[in-house]
Amino acid sequence: MSEVLSFPGHAPLKARTGRSALPLSVRQLTFRTEGIDILRGVNLSLESNDLTVLMGPNGAGKSVFLRLIHGLLQPSSGDIRWDGAPLSKAVRRSQALVFQKPVLLRRSVRANLSFALGLRGFVNRSARLEQALADSGLADLADRPARVLSGGEQQRLALARALILDPKVLFLDEPTANLDPASVLMIEDVIGRVRASGVKIILVTHDAHQARRLGEEVVFLHKGRVSEHSPADLFFNQPQSAEAEAYLNGKILV
Amino acid sequence: MQDFAHSFVLAGNLILQADAALVEIVGLSLQVTATALVVSAAIGLPLGAILAIARFPGRMVLVVLSNALMGLPPVVVGLTVYMLLSNAGPLGVLGLLYTPTAMVIAQSILITPIIIALTRQVIADLHQDYSDTFRSMVVPGHTAVAALLWDARYSLMTVLLAGFGRAIAEVGAVMIVGGNINHVTRVMTTAIALETSKGELALALALGIVLLLIAFAVNGSVALLRGAERSLVRV
Repeated sequence: MSEVLSFPGHAPLKARTGRSALPLSVRQLTFRTEGIDILRGVNLSLESNDLTVLMGPNGAGKSVFLRLIHGLLQPSSGDIRWDGAPLSKAVRRSQALVFQKPVLLRRSVRANLSFALGLRGFVNRSARLEQALADSGLADLADRPARVLSGGEQQRLALARALILDPKVLFLDEPTANLDPASVLMIEDVIGRVRASGVKIILVTHDAHQARRLGEEVVFLHKGRVSEHSPADLFFNQPQSAEAEAYLNGKILV
Repeated sequence: MQDFAHSFVLAGNLILQADAALVEIVGLSLQVTATALVVSAAIGLPLGAILAIARFPGRMVLVVLSNALMGLPPVVVGLTVYMLLSNAGPLGVLGLLYTPTAMVIAQSILITPIIIALTRQVIADLHQDYSDTFRSMVVPGHTAVAALLWDARYSLMTVLLAGFGRAIAEVGAVMIVGGNINHVTRVMTTAIALETSKGELALALALGIVLLLIAFAVNGSVALLRGAERSLVRV
């Protein structure tokens, strides 16, 4: 992965210290809204720092699942634990989520990052801020209003804002949907470096090529259940479930 | 008809020559209303924002109340403040009746509900965009309120200008609590009412023209601010 993704001149981000947030243990998770069962009893255990790709057809419940394990939604029933602990603000503080459509503050790029920095008790904030601008390639745009950036630049800023909080777990909800290839490459490069630094990444994507490039293990959701949870090699070459095989062969799953 | 035309000419002269009485009245009007706006903004902006994002028992009652109070009749506000500030009233010892301070109090009471209700709407809309992101980042409540107020600053300027427009044009409340005393509490609206009833149309017209110009300036600023916001912010 790293040969394909690394840009010259970028060192990997420094390795994390402290206790890991893993394992994630999800048991019998259901989510029902407006009379529709989105998730129907998901059981999943993620133990390693391998980059997990969450795949599945539209409506499979991928984004809902991501929000549930980050604590943005309350499950209808079931149990979610990070390293044995139930979800709480403390757990969420060690995580970050990048949405498909980034919500940026109506301020400059720099102010968006410093707002995030101000939320946690970091020392040497200005050094962190400059480092984040450099890492995300946004240094030249630092004083632009964030909302006038291009879609790719906005997403890079959203990613930089998530990373400046030093998360142990990073959720990415289709971070490169509708972006141009150059932006996709830059974002995948950052993702690769974040992965190398030891952050657990859970990525939702519709893009099978991206899943192949980045994924180390794949969780395939279908109709609100986990159909398959396999290492990426196995998943893409010999999918174990009929649904995943049909999906990978380009059949339309409903 | 000729009298009216003559009055217009006289009014124009008063404005062009910056007549001392006219300037004094306009100055006091702007001072009273600006002060009332500062007071109302200090109360209304944070309260409106809190109503928009906090969830607590009785919140809906407060929302309905602030919406209903947007239409407070100025004379009722005037009467209430009069009763509070008159010698026999609970605040009579302060001796504020028939002072500019009394007018500031009345106008603040009149427009604070407007600022609260409009702020709540603006901030609620913005919060809908921001809430997932803020919850994901675990933004504390007071930081969220401050951030939303700052990010909605252009829309909130129009809210404040709406409050300003309402306060400066209002006559009933300032008449009752200010008393329209020459050189003390005479503002544009009360002076217009008095001069008209006296048949002195020139000063009344001159004040009316200035009031209209202020209204145009306020509305023009609102339009400009909206335009500035649109060109700055891709929505």
